[in-house]
Amino acid sequence: MTRDIDINIHHVARVEGHGNIVIDVKNGELKKVELQIVEAPRFFEAMLKGRRFPEAPQITSRICGICSVGHTAASLRAIEDALGIEPSEQTLLLRKAILEAEMLQSHVLHYYFLVAPDLFKVPSVIPMAATHPEEIKRALRMKKLADDIITVVGGRHPHPISMVVDGFTRIPTETELRDLIARLKGTLEKDVPPTLDLFASLKFPAFERKTDYVGLKHSEEYAYYDGVIFSTETGETKHRDYKNKVKEEVVLHSTAKHARGPFKPYMVGALARFNINSDKLMPEAKKAAKKLGLAAPNYNPYMISVAQVVESVHNIERMIHLFEELLRRGLKDESADRQTIAGWSAKLPEVKKCWGVGAVEVPRGVLFHEYRINEGLIVWANCIIPTGQNLANIEDDMRALVPTILDKPKEEIALLLEMLVRAYDPCISCSVHMLKVDFV
Amino acid sequence: MAAKPRVGFFSFTGCEGCQLVVISMAEKLLDLLGAVEVVNFREASSFKSDEYDVAVVEGSISTVKEIEELMEVRRRAKVLIAIGACAHIGGINCIKNFNNQYEIKREVYKDKATHFDSILAQPVDAIVKVDYYSRGCPPNRDGEEFLEIVTAILQGKKPYIPNYPVCIQCKSKGNVCVFHKEKPITCLGPVTRAGCLAPCPSFGNACIGCRGLVDDPNLNAHEETLKEAGLTVQEILKFYRLMNGMMEVGK
Repeated sequence: MTRDIDINIHHVARVEGHGNIVIDVKNGELKKVELQIVEAPRFFEAMLKGRRFPEAPQITSRICGICSVGHTAASLRAIEDALGIEPSEQTLLLRKAILEAEMLQSHVLHYYFLVAPDLFKVPSVIPMAATHPEEIKRALRMKKLADDIITVVGGRHPHPISMVVDGFTRIPTETELRDLIARLKGTLEKDVPPTLDLFASLKFPAFERKTDYVGLKHSEEYAYYDGVIFSTETGETKHRDYKNKVKEEVVLHSTAKHARGPFKPYMVGALARFNINSDKLMPEAKKAAKKLGLAAPNYNPYMISVAQVVESVHNIERMIHLFEELLRRGLKDESADRQTIAGWSAKLPEVKKCWGVGAVEVPRGVLFHEYRINEGLIVWANCIIPTGQNLANIEDDMRALVPTILDKPKEEIALLLEMLVRAYDPCISCSVHMLKVDFV
Repeated sequence: MAAKPRVGFFSFTGCEGCQLVVISMAEKLLDLLGAVEVVNFREASSFKSDEYDVAVVEGSISTVKEIEELMEVRRRAKVLIAIGACAHIGGINCIKNFNNQYEIKREVYKDKATHFDSILAQPVDAIVKVDYYSRGCPPNRDGEEFLEIVTAILQGKKPYIPNYPVCIQCKSKGNVCVFHKEKPITCLGPVTRAGCLAPCPSFGNACIGCRGLVDDPNLNAHEETLKEAGLTVQEILKFYRLMNGMMEVGK
């Protein structure tokens, strides 16, 4: 094989944010593989410096439109970890539910709108509106339900309003939750089966490369909101010790810093979570995995989309469970017995020097926020974003994949690479939030 | 405008939540798709075209390269709509403008700092003429206002945007003023342009001014109110700068 191939895909479409793929093959030898991140730098950690600590969730929510609830949750967890606040059971149930809803809306958007066009061989979801109207209407229905849940619990989608330190500034009503339960059950009955049929019928590229799979792990549930950091290669790490597992480095072709494990790149996101936690899935999600031929461990990154389909079934079941639990307990306004500190509460509580870390799972993987707080203000912040953690792993995948497909036409190679990048569902505006880095 | 105007979406520095809100408009969006032709929507499509009548621009402008790209978009578009707070007033990105720019780059990228293109964040109209604004972070009323603006443009009408403060719409919803809650919260509702139907105070939290200020806001009275509630001048500035940092340079 002595071919020269020069691929340069400018602004990969159907991903969130701006990225380029650059591949250079000379005489059949792979010279260069880069996933260039060209998103403008954001400097969120610098923005947080000097701000009131309860503003952090509102500010960091704006890191990303698609996982604004996840940033809000990670931010609140970091603050509460620093202040030693343990939120009420009701707050935890509501936060877990809204996180499941965000996972659902992001996954539906990704596998129906961003991945399916490749499999139907059309440039976008827009022509699919004419060729596959039922699928599009179904996807929009499922997404609308998830959006509505975020709006009921958090007040708005994206950028939730009512999620604040130690509680919510508004609690949903029982009627609202009953209505959502009915809609969730309807979706499980009517929209989930054809979704599974569709994705069971689609063919994903065959490619395997075992890597390190990293995500949260919890003894009782499929971990999103709570758990220890778990790696299939190196085992458990406590959330406050996250830097033992994650280190960021500046690479010149990326405004998003690459995060790497202590030894090698790793994968976070739906497939990593599935590989770690599949035994904790809800019953219908377990059946869905079986139907879609997904069993842990799975080493094919193109199957991330399938893991998202499985997770979205789980999300629906979990929300029904969480809302039923909330109704069983009875909803109450707890603001009188709780601190519930909003960003611009007139009086800030006295807060001495403290620090904390929040780790939650967001659609694309585990997200970390770390803050140092002094006299009520944030003095230092660090946020580590799932896509930043995946970038090095994507490049390793491309390095392994390209030599195996060199005999294919250039367009096909380019499409397979674009599909690989899209499978990771990279959220580039998120990862380019400009971290403070510690060189170890 | 053409019988079926070609619409392009362009994304600069921001969270891309505005595009997400537009995508989320579900069935209404499908109706709109009958009336326009979408020629550039990178988040949703790999199809690109350089010919368009309406450019919808999200995000603020924060690199030299973005200035060039935005000017090119303006040259090609008959109508330019700035969507979201980042495009309209600079939004949250402008918080960084109050830091030393060299220092924040150094802090993040260390010795590679000069390698990365980054300038003070600016709203779209600091660079080019904007014809219409779809306000809010995220665009308000789940994108309904954006849809109204686009519909008005297609019909050759002027979109209606209120010029009174959020307080009017907040009160008409029967909310208890957040300043007067048992645990008082301070709020930018008295000086912020209405049109959002006050979702933040309705959910028990403060208006953070994401729609920008009304024309002739009563800033002195508002400052007094915030001071009475316990904020220092420093804190008041910080509160305004959450979304409206660019206001201080003449907007």
